[in-house]
Amino acid sequence: MSLEVMLNAAGLAFVVAGSRWHQADGQVMFVFILAMAAAEVAVGLALVLQIYHRFKSLDVDAISEMRG
Amino acid sequence: MEPTFYIAGGVAVISTVLMLTRLNLVHALLYLIVSLLAVSVVFFVLGAPFVAALEAIVYAGAIMVLFLFAVMMLNIGRDTETERLWLTPGIWTGPVILAGILILEVVYLARGASAGLGAGVTEPKEVGIALFGPYIIGVELASMLLLAGLVGAYHLGVRKTEKPEIQHDTATHEGRADSGGDLVLAGADRSARTT
Repeated sequence: MSLEVMLNAAGLAFVVAGSRWHQADGQVMFVFILAMAAAEVAVGLALVLQIYHRFKSLDVDAISEMRG
Repeated sequence: MEPTFYIAGGVAVISTVLMLTRLNLVHALLYLIVSLLAVSVVFFVLGAPFVAALEAIVYAGAIMVLFLFAVMMLNIGRDTETERLWLTPGIWTGPVILAGILILEVVYLARGASAGLGAGVTEPKEVGIALFGPYIIGVELASMLLLAGLVGAYHLGVRKTEKPEIQHDTATHEGRADSGGDLVLAGADRSARTT
């Protein structure tokens, strides 16, 4: 969710810049950011579900199988 | 137009800060939805109606529903007492007040003057021409990224649905066996049996 907020901020910066110089490029970049965020959310939520399915918990400290 | 921009931006900042400080996931989701809608209003005020509509539809509509589905799937099997606690009226007041400010602002914008702070409104037509003109490779790359995301999400999530699918499959096979073998050979078998 915080990642969503950060991506939103980047998109807002693009749109503001596009509005400042009256170019459509900023909005095009925002569309790309939107597509990327959608793909990233799908993969991230699938990962979270998989972790919950495997470890029965969402505690990040419990997922320490790769610890050396 | 300047006051509307500052009000929407203030609502966005306040709801985002409240979202980051919530300890409960569902409360944070409510504030995040309000934050996204506020950013959408900011886009509209800035003269980007196409992006504003896209933000409201894709972010506040689709991605938040995805988050809610994930939260609900993670809460399977627990008792519903916590959900009842979540839905007490005190929780709704904050997001509802912020969303009310946004609604008033949208009504004011719809009734009154044209949007477009700074350098005027960028029409959706210009965005489309720029998108499918010089940025056509970007569109193709985005489509490939979405396909990769789809395949990756399916690959990561497939183990959860594997067992029910197999059970479903065998169940249908047993059902077919009761009704006389599978459907392709059924007629041939019957004719062979009768002759």
